[in-house]
Amino acid sequence: MNQTKVIITDKLTKRFGGFTAVDAICFEVTKGEIFGFLGANGAGKTTAMRMLCGLSFPTSGKAMVAGFDVYKENEKIKQNIGYMSQKFSLYEDLTVKENMQLYGGIYGKSNAFIKQKTESILTELDIKKEANVLVKSLPLGWKQKLAFAVAIFHEPEIVFLDEPTGGVDPVARREFWNMIYNAAATGVTVFVTTHYMDEAEYCNRVSIMVDGKIEALDTPHQLKQTYNAGSMDDVFLKLARKAVRTGD
Amino acid sequence: MKQFISFVKKEFYHIFRDRRTMFILLGMPVVQIVLFGFALTNEVKNSRIAVLDHAKDNESSVLINQLDASKYFDVQQIIQSDHEIEPIFKQGKVKMVVIIPPSFQEDLRHMNKSSIQLIADASDPNVANTLTNYATALIMDYQKSITQNQKIPYTINTEVRMLYNPQLKGAYNFVPGVMAMVLLLVCTMMTAITIVREKEMGTMEVMLVSPMKPQLVVMAKAVPYLLLSTINIATILLLSVFVLEVPINGSIVLLVAASILFILVSLSLGLLISSGAESQQTAMFISLVALFLPTIMLSGFMFPIENMPLPLRTFSNIVPAKWYYNIVKGVMIKGLNVFGIWKELLILTGMMLFFLTIAIRQFKIRLQ
Repeated sequence: MNQTKVIITDKLTKRFGGFTAVDAICFEVTKGEIFGFLGANGAGKTTAMRMLCGLSFPTSGKAMVAGFDVYKENEKIKQNIGYMSQKFSLYEDLTVKENMQLYGGIYGKSNAFIKQKTESILTELDIKKEANVLVKSLPLGWKQKLAFAVAIFHEPEIVFLDEPTGGVDPVARREFWNMIYNAAATGVTVFVTTHYMDEAEYCNRVSIMVDGKIEALDTPHQLKQTYNAGSMDDVFLKLARKAVRTGD
Repeated sequence: MKQFISFVKKEFYHIFRDRRTMFILLGMPVVQIVLFGFALTNEVKNSRIAVLDHAKDNESSVLINQLDASKYFDVQQIIQSDHEIEPIFKQGKVKMVVIIPPSFQEDLRHMNKSSIQLIADASDPNVANTLTNYATALIMDYQKSITQNQKIPYTINTEVRMLYNPQLKGAYNFVPGVMAMVLLLVCTMMTAITIVREKEMGTMEVMLVSPMKPQLVVMAKAVPYLLLSTINIATILLLSVFVLEVPINGSIVLLVAASILFILVSLSLGLLISSGAESQQTAMFISLVALFLPTIMLSGFMFPIENMPLPLRTFSNIVPAKWYYNIVKGVMIKGLNVFGIWKELLILTGMMLFFLTIAIRQFKIRLQ
């Protein structure tokens, strides 16, 4: 694996008034890695992710995303990342094709690029017949896969997935993870938050946030050994039990 | 630029694919003009009246014929006695009864005067008022025609001329009002709702993560509504000129330019509302309560502002529609030029800048 670091954070902190949502987190993510970002509700995952995506300014600390500074080079970061939220964020009253054209256009891609890329996604997802169908009439599992395809449509270096598998059945989740593996194999770095501990096992490395701090960061295998646990679920419970904060 | 076009295109898809939106956008102006033009009118046409003719002579039948022949009245019934008056009013058969005294012709010929009693159903005071005014006018006409050849000393005639709207048509009043209402509805409410919908659906977040600048997102949202509302202006003007026969006396360019200014004010208000509201219902509710009601009540379109108590009169000054209503009335009906409406134009421009500044500032704060 190529050893380029695509995300580097150093004491990255976000305070809202007297409340420290993210408390001096330090980690690095390598190119092509699938990085699991775990934590209970209110642990600060979303805030940390928002800072890395340029949606929120850090209070202090440093962070580089795709080689750009989150303070100064916000716009360049946006050009190089993809984002998929738990709501799947497709336009339901647009067709599959129109959604892809829209995102291609927003990222300033050429018509030729959009055309060719659309074709290859339709083939890959095997939904050529549904190209001109409104997104709202697709089943949830398809929407989710399509949302991921759209998030990496502009070929970003990093894709941020915010609880991407909410409400989807296990079979569709399995297929979805296959898509993530395929994307990672082409060199895309995947930064994913999840609630499902079985999914944590699929990640190359996992960090677990508790009360705004990163309590653990390692491969799933290593984490299970360190905490002497049978599964990621046990690791998570052992760590999350320390939490003082509850809820969102 | 390509980003912008892709986004605007998408916005048009949203509008064209949602039948409800399409209907509100394009059907609303037509429905409103037709409703106000033909149904909700306070003009009096073919009102049913009854006549109690005690005289039954030549002159009285001429007068009755003249009343019946006018387009305002329709003599429904000739009654024979005073006792019948109450019952026909109670049954709602007629709106007014004209009573001609027994010696009508005699009195006119020999004493040069007579009196006619008009009894109107004042349970609706406005209609009663209008009816008696029309009837009085018709009777005056009649009087003039019979006294043409006679010399009556010391007769003072008041001649009233209704400037700008000689026929006292209601359309002159409501066309400007409907324009203000439709533009507010389309621009403010629709813009607010579509932005808030993106917030609700989570697509706004994705847009903000994209390289597309937030200001550009907001502008792209506004463009389709700007275009559609100019279509609405055209529809309303065409309908009012060709169907309701309301003339455009002033410059049409000035009228359209002022309308676009008002559209921009409405769009900025829509943006402002969307930056505060978290759900589509809230956005709709704020638009209705904070904009639509004041527009109807305080723009001068339904109720004259001059008659309102001072606090309301003062408050009406911050209702954008009031100024736009004055502009449309001034340009369309009175034929004013730019110098006649500069104050209104200036106020609307100020309002637009004010709302837009706050809206953009709000939008930025939210991103931090």
